[in-house]
Amino acid sequence: MTTGLRMLVIAALLLLGWQTVVWLTGVPPYLLPGPLAVAVTLVDDFDYILPHAGVTALEILLGLLLGTVLGSVSALTLASFRSARRWLLPLLVISQALPVFALAPVLTLWLGYGLFSKVAMATLIIYFPVTAAFYDGLRATEPGWVDFARTVGATPRAVLRHIRIPAALPAFGSGLRVAAAVAPIGAVVGEWVGSSAGLGYLMLHANGRMQIDLMFAALAVLAIIGLVVYFTTDLLLQQLTQWQTETLFTDMKGSAS
Amino acid sequence: MTAPGLTIHDSELRFGGAIVFTGLNLAVRAGGWTAVLGASGVGKTSLLRLVAGLTDSATISGRVHAEDGQPLENRIAYMAQQDLLLPWLTALENVALPARLQQGRVSADEQRRALRYLHLVGLADEAAKLPAALSGGMRQRVALARTLFLERDIVLMDEPFSALDAISRFRLQAEAARLLEGKTVMLVTHDPMEALRLADSIYVLDGKPASVSQPIEMTGAGPRAVDDTSVISHYGQLMRLLGGEGAAA
Repeated sequence: MTTGLRMLVIAALLLLGWQTVVWLTGVPPYLLPGPLAVAVTLVDDFDYILPHAGVTALEILLGLLLGTVLGSVSALTLASFRSARRWLLPLLVISQALPVFALAPVLTLWLGYGLFSKVAMATLIIYFPVTAAFYDGLRATEPGWVDFARTVGATPRAVLRHIRIPAALPAFGSGLRVAAAVAPIGAVVGEWVGSSAGLGYLMLHANGRMQIDLMFAALAVLAIIGLVVYFTTDLLLQQLTQWQTETLFTDMKGSAS
Repeated sequence: MTAPGLTIHDSELRFGGAIVFTGLNLAVRAGGWTAVLGASGVGKTSLLRLVAGLTDSATISGRVHAEDGQPLENRIAYMAQQDLLLPWLTALENVALPARLQQGRVSADEQRRALRYLHLVGLADEAAKLPAALSGGMRQRVALARTLFLERDIVLMDEPFSALDAISRFRLQAEAARLLEGKTVMLVTHDPMEALRLADSIYVLDGKPASVSQPIEMTGAGPRAVDDTSVISHYGQLMRLLGGEGAAA
């Protein structure tokens, strides 16, 4: 079965389960509307939801871009300079002791109700997994490769560019996949704390006015954005690390799985 | 220019405070194969890394000189036990990797040169394949082509064939002997037959702390047949040295 078809089946099963719960429990629609009601709202209010979805998507993408760039630069700095490791690494760990959510009100205070505070939130949440994973990859280079490079007279910069960075791409990829999965959290939390646009804003607003079907419609759109971001990232990363041999997913004959 | 010989003076290796060997002297003959034979843990890889300039001075010390008095820098090619091919580069790109590391790019001329060496090891048809698509023997051949690509006078080999099956090893030994003719080769190995087939002189590194034996001088050029008279006549002597002086072979 192709991946696309499998995804459709999974989605259909989830929707069916949702509908079943609504039928069996008889839960009132202001607590949990059925998928059909949500779909109707999604179509009816599409023109209303779309601009908000665009804002949230933009926040996620900018955050992902900025967090990835900053994280990569940090990882490369850590890998290149010993003093950076000594001073920056503890700083990085301490910074993670502060939950990003706790910073949201502060960021809103400093950067305002607009786009910037949300992008900053998403960036912060993405920055650490990218830095940590990429840095781990950069320093775990096969020692034999580095030895070989030294015997041919390669400079540390050449080793970084031609051996360490390509060798760290799979690790960088795992960091970025985590980042892509958590990026929407940053954007939505930022919108909850204070905003005038975005899906998070829309959901709070709809919740306050008991438009529960609208809230679920916004949630569905958010889920779709999250999935698109994740799978696009995954696809790009696969292109980057095509050489990597996977041992987990190769089908072994005779093995029961 | 002919390949120079090497001398190693007064080398000492410590591992976790214990002396592995001390006051070790060794001569590598010019333009020929010198084998250092010994069991694992006797320090032969460290010795090779000392010559390659890869050691930190905390564990191993010693002076290494080329007989022509020139510095050793950029005259040594190092071939390790693993093929050390980069999995994201094709066989051809791996052969030309030294150029990429030195200048940041591979010129068309170097590309042709890399292909010629791949051809020499019989892998011209596999040039575009990634290492993962090659067998262990093929990968080690690519590593040999990469060693040749460097065109250096001195080649250091650290059990380069030990990870291969017996048949591939046998073939690759013969090819290496043919392709590295005229170069100064220092080979460390734990395989007596490999040393006997390929080397012109063989040192045995043994004991605690380890010391080197008088070199066994072989006659004729490698690769020797396994039933070559020089191989047979020295086999017993070598095994006695390895088993400890006086032990029955």
